[in-house]
Amino acid sequence: MTFDRTIASLAVACGVLLVAAPIAPQWLLFLLALALAKGLVVLGLLLLMRTGLVSFGQGLYFGLGAYAAALLAHRGGLADAALMIVAGTACAAAVAAILGLLLARYREIFFAMLSLAFSMILYGLLVKSSALGSTDGFHVQVKHFAGIALAAGVERRVFYAASAIAVFFLGWALHRYLRSHWGRLSEAIRDNELRVEYLGASVYRVVYANYIIAAALAGLGGAFAALAVGHVDPETTYWTTSGEFVFIAILGGTGNVLAPFLSAAIFEALRTVASQYAPNVWQMALGVAMLAIIMFLPGGLWTLVRRRAA
Amino acid sequence: MSNFAAVVFDGVVYSSWLFLMAAGLTLIYGVMRILNIAHGSLYALGAYTAASLGGAWIAAGYAPAGSFAMLALAVLLVGAVMGPLIERGLLKWMYGKDEIVLLLVTYAVFLILEDAIKLVWGVESKLFSEPYALPGNFAIGALVYPVYNLVLIAVAVVTGLALSWALYYTRQGKLLLAVIHDREMSAAMGINVDRVYLATFTLGAMLAGLGGALTAPMIAVSPGIGVEVIVLSFAVVVVGGLGSLGGAALGALMVGLARSVAVRYWPEGELFIIYFVMALVLIARPKGLFSAPEARKI
Amino acid sequence: MNRIIHAALLACACVLAAGAALAQQPLRIGVVTFLSGPAAGPFGVPARNGFELVAEMTNAGQVPAPHNTKGFGGRPIELVIIDEAGGPQKQVAEFRNLAQRVDVVIGYISSGDCLAIAPVAEELRKLTVLFDCGTPRIFEDATYKYVFRTGPSGTMDNVSAALYALERNPNIRSIAGINQNYAWGQDSWTDFEAAMKALKPGIEVKTSQMTKLFAGQFGAEISTLLSSGADLVHSSFWGGDLEGLVLQGAPRGLFQKHLVVLSAGEPAINRLGARIPDGTIIGARGPFGPFAPDNDLNRWFKNAFQERYALPPNYAAYKATNALLGLKAAYEKAQKAGAATPNQDQIIAAFENLSFDGVGGQVRMALGKGHQAVMDNAIGTAKTVGGQLTIVDLKRYPAERVNPPEGLKSEAWIKSGLKK
Repeated sequence: MTFDRTIASLAVACGVLLVAAPIAPQWLLFLLALALAKGLVVLGLLLLMRTGLVSFGQGLYFGLGAYAAALLAHRGGLADAALMIVAGTACAAAVAAILGLLLARYREIFFAMLSLAFSMILYGLLVKSSALGSTDGFHVQVKHFAGIALAAGVERRVFYAASAIAVFFLGWALHRYLRSHWGRLSEAIRDNELRVEYLGASVYRVVYANYIIAAALAGLGGAFAALAVGHVDPETTYWTTSGEFVFIAILGGTGNVLAPFLSAAIFEALRTVASQYAPNVWQMALGVAMLAIIMFLPGGLWTLVRRRAA
Repeated sequence: MSNFAAVVFDGVVYSSWLFLMAAGLTLIYGVMRILNIAHGSLYALGAYTAASLGGAWIAAGYAPAGSFAMLALAVLLVGAVMGPLIERGLLKWMYGKDEIVLLLVTYAVFLILEDAIKLVWGVESKLFSEPYALPGNFAIGALVYPVYNLVLIAVAVVTGLALSWALYYTRQGKLLLAVIHDREMSAAMGINVDRVYLATFTLGAMLAGLGGALTAPMIAVSPGIGVEVIVLSFAVVVVGGLGSLGGAALGALMVGLARSVAVRYWPEGELFIIYFVMALVLIARPKGLFSAPEARKI
Repeated sequence: MNRIIHAALLACACVLAAGAALAQQPLRIGVVTFLSGPAAGPFGVPARNGFELVAEMTNAGQVPAPHNTKGFGGRPIELVIIDEAGGPQKQVAEFRNLAQRVDVVIGYISSGDCLAIAPVAEELRKLTVLFDCGTPRIFEDATYKYVFRTGPSGTMDNVSAALYALERNPNIRSIAGINQNYAWGQDSWTDFEAAMKALKPGIEVKTSQMTKLFAGQFGAEISTLLSSGADLVHSSFWGGDLEGLVLQGAPRGLFQKHLVVLSAGEPAINRLGARIPDGTIIGARGPFGPFAPDNDLNRWFKNAFQERYALPPNYAAYKATNALLGLKAAYEKAQKAGAATPNQDQIIAAFENLSFDGVGGQVRMALGKGHQAVMDNAIGTAKTVGGQLTIVDLKRYPAERVNPPEGLKSEAWIKSGLKK
């Protein structure tokens, strides 16, 4: 089996992250945890973008994952992080299985708009529900992981470590998927859908499957984000959050499964710095950065890495 | 009965406002295939410029009736300055790229303009209510309405008629239609597509500015008014079919009336009625109500 | 031998100097408030102005008694101000960063942010003073050691409004509401409706309009209210929405046909002035602005603020100031208890159950096991006199009348009929 640089880099990166888990300072851990969680969502977006679709509604699944995980602890009585993560992912995948039946028929702007519409419908439902705290949301307090009770102060490190491990396996899996039959079909669909149909493959089935995978990844990311922050609120389903994910996707480019995590980390770091030192112009800075990327690095930051490697 | 008339009237007022926003957006998409997210900032710019000019006019002591002229001036300024600035200065370099990439470019412009507006006008809200109160009130049944609402409806109707006349009965308009229909062919036929793009974007910017300027006397112009408008206008445009003026009008009417009915009889649902309508229309007619059939290129 | 004595003296001098330097090392206070977005204009920026003004005046020792020591008991203070915009997730990230750089954090206008931050402050063991957010849930749903709130919760606003409205208009038979459709608006309406029903059972609710936050345009909603025939219309609107409501509603007779209650309307007084029709009931979320009693501290604050910023202070500025003054009072009380440079635990011990003179009146940390403030409230009616909006028929309510007792949740207290 040939040496796959991506998998090796992924393994090294996750190894470093795991080593950092017990020793890194709190604020760095938090930044990385959020970057990993958002990176997972963007990983799903990467898959969709390779299929030629841009979703402006991943916030729907991000929020669903967060709320499902949080509700399991808050109302379901099962305050176990491992179960919460599974619940978040499963919930997002289930809803995607239903919505995907409809959405897989749409392309381009209409796919983007319809996915946006559904995420805003969930936003409206969450805001309307005072039982779920409406726009205030509610607190998520978890002390167990897979049945093991965690000492106070340790739980965040454990969740972070879990997300690093999840990222490794999912990154690997998606990398294999993109190189597999269905992955190649996805890219073919992006290039010319009609020809793929003529060749005998089912475009609808591939798009549907990819949509569910992207949603599941977003739900997982949402659950991890909820665990890291300790609080869920409807802002995660608002369209500007989905816009942020698209921005991170463009920033990193769709070249490699590592790109989403890299760009998510850079984005989080940039945003923290910008809001501390330039609170009045950080939106402008974001806009200018986006324009610069689109003009000079249309493949995203990853093309820098690839250029150097080549 | 007068209840029903009030609901319809409220719906029509809201639809007029939506139409002004949607018209510019749908034209820009139809001609240039760009879904202009910066439309929201242009709307906000129109509102702020109108509030500043109007406020200065009133403060200088001139006749309040003249403040309407300030509204018109604001619209012209926003369109004439921002249109060419964005189109020539930025978009020109991006043509040929993917539609979604262009959408992200306009999203970037939106972010930049939002902060620029805040830097220029600050965070305090601006009030410019003289034109709103000036024309007086009228009544539908027991309910009192400001005549300004009629002004809004009138402007929307006149704009819609003027636009469709310009599009279908003037030479320039027909050139625009040709470019909407098939850009490559139009360029091959000798139409200066670049100029058509510039003209369209400027016109779209003016329409957004018009929406903002007309709204300014009704509200407190404050940061963030652009954000709300974007999603609303998108929903209307998508419902009506991208690139279709008639679709924008019908979409605006549907959304406005649906909202008005929701406010009266089901206030809780008002928050997501518009997305319901959008989702329903898209499910029934995937490309919007008035979308033209597109030939697929193999 | 001489050299050793010299060295020892030098070492002592160094230690003393270091000690003195440490005492003079400024206390770093992180301040989190809205600097961008729609909440900046009405609340965030006035609050920031209040913080900056009072911090400067405190360091110069120019605040009237009993706060006239320089700095906090001789120690100068330094503010590190960051933006509250971006939502709870982002604010939690910012808080974790800020907590490393400062000794205390004061902040948070949005209830969502307060609810998200409080557990994080507890986790990081960082003294945090919430100054504005309204939700009573903070200390009713949980207990905190490191979190304090120097501003009364939002329950007080709507209970006072209900009491005032019924006292002056006992014949009210129906009510309607127009509130923003998010936690603040929903909670305000729920509290007001429950209070009205508790005080006058059988009162009818004609319609409850819940508008999209920052919708700005309320044509259809105003028509619905006007057709509803309600005697009273309640609104907890703020910022652009409130100004839009007045601008669009007044010409249509909304304020003539109904008794309008603006439970958080005080900041609009500076902005809209005489445009607010006579007879409107206005609340300031506490005895702030035009509701502040006339004493040295209040007069000083109003004049200093007006002089610096060309505008009178609104309730956000008052509450910001109270947070600083409360922290100062706690610090100095801890000093009197023996520690020259009190550490966090000592400040916390002094802060619990503290009573101090704030701008607007006395602030007592009486709820939430000594962590949640109560103040008296004041409500009045708007009347334009000589072109200026003034407040007439001002009524003060003692804190116990309009705040729930310790241990009882606001919702349950209102439903029980506001029992003491």
